[in-house]
Amino acid sequence: MRQLLVVIFLALIANALIFTVVEMPPFGSPDNPSNNQVNQRYVEKGVEETGSINVVASVIMDYRAFDTLGEATVLFVAIAAALSNLKAH
Amino acid sequence: MIEILSNLLHNFYYLIAIILFVIGFHTMLSHSNLIKKIMGMNIMDTAIFLFFVSIGYVEGGRAPIIELGQDHVYVNPIPSALILTGIVVAVSVTAFALSLIVKIYQHYGTVDAEEIMRIRSREV
Amino acid sequence: MEDLILTMIVRLILPFIQIYGYYIIIHGHLSPGGGFPGGAIIGASMILFALAFNLKEGSNKISHDTSTLLESGGAFGFAALGFLGVFMGSNYLSNRAAGFPLGIPGNLISSGMIFLISIFIGVKVASTFITLFFNLVEGKTHD
Repeated sequence: MRQLLVVIFLALIANALIFTVVEMPPFGSPDNPSNNQVNQRYVEKGVEETGSINVVASVIMDYRAFDTLGEATVLFVAIAAALSNLKAH
Repeated sequence: MIEILSNLLHNFYYLIAIILFVIGFHTMLSHSNLIKKIMGMNIMDTAIFLFFVSIGYVEGGRAPIIELGQDHVYVNPIPSALILTGIVVAVSVTAFALSLIVKIYQHYGTVDAEEIMRIRSREV
Repeated sequence: MEDLILTMIVRLILPFIQIYGYYIIIHGHLSPGGGFPGGAIIGASMILFALAFNLKEGSNKISHDTSTLLESGGAFGFAALGFLGVFMGSNYLSNRAAGFPLGIPGNLISSGMIFLISIFIGVKVASTFITLFFNLVEGKTHD
């Protein structure tokens, strides 16, 4: 009974998601809304503005370094929480 | 109908991401072992990462390592950079959940969610 | 349990894994990679060592205090590097605007701040993996 409910629920979710995929812009097309001027700016001016030829590195450690700082904080807080949880009596 | 199928086939990366997501969700819902629930959550995470990274692909593009003085097409670097954050958060959540499971095992002697519910109902 | 084949293979393969991890960290601005994947590789090499030999041998190689110190130091160093930009008269965590020398793009020593930040992140991620693994495996026995 529970398995049947799970399968029906998942079929509903998969149905909704697959019909979303049908409406998505075509895969890999350069005219997709995700390929906008931010991306062009990073690729064209990235080397000149940060000195790094790896654009992903220049995005995560220069343009969006605050994001990476928060990421390091998340890792730090998670391990602090895990350790205090494990050492608790 | 033909149009829908051709769209699906053209977007098959997204389709596979959704299949992975549903597999992970099924694992989370139908297993009562807590470790298997964590595995299902990690599969769902991976599905989201695949979906997000495949949004950034550009037809015929190279990895965004700039070759100076040459005119190539590069894929979109922003989804890759954002997904790095997602991977770190997934690792953090997994680590914390595993530490909770260790504590639960020490307290109840089992990692089965239904068994724990039975023990708790007996205690009350 | 000590297994001869396992320990010999791990002894053979471990230096190469670690060199590969260091390579990925310090070439983060030139090739795919950076602090996070390189740190994960180095952490995984220590986990492999502890799995193949023994938990005690592993925690003798890198003690709890050292790895905790490295982890906090990595996070603190990253945050402190950001203030370098403030002292040089620009925003927090700024690179070119603060006047750091960028070098020639494509050389190993280039891109100013990115190089230093990825080293700190690599140290932090590697020690996070090691600390987490040892504490999860040991449980309550160690204080």
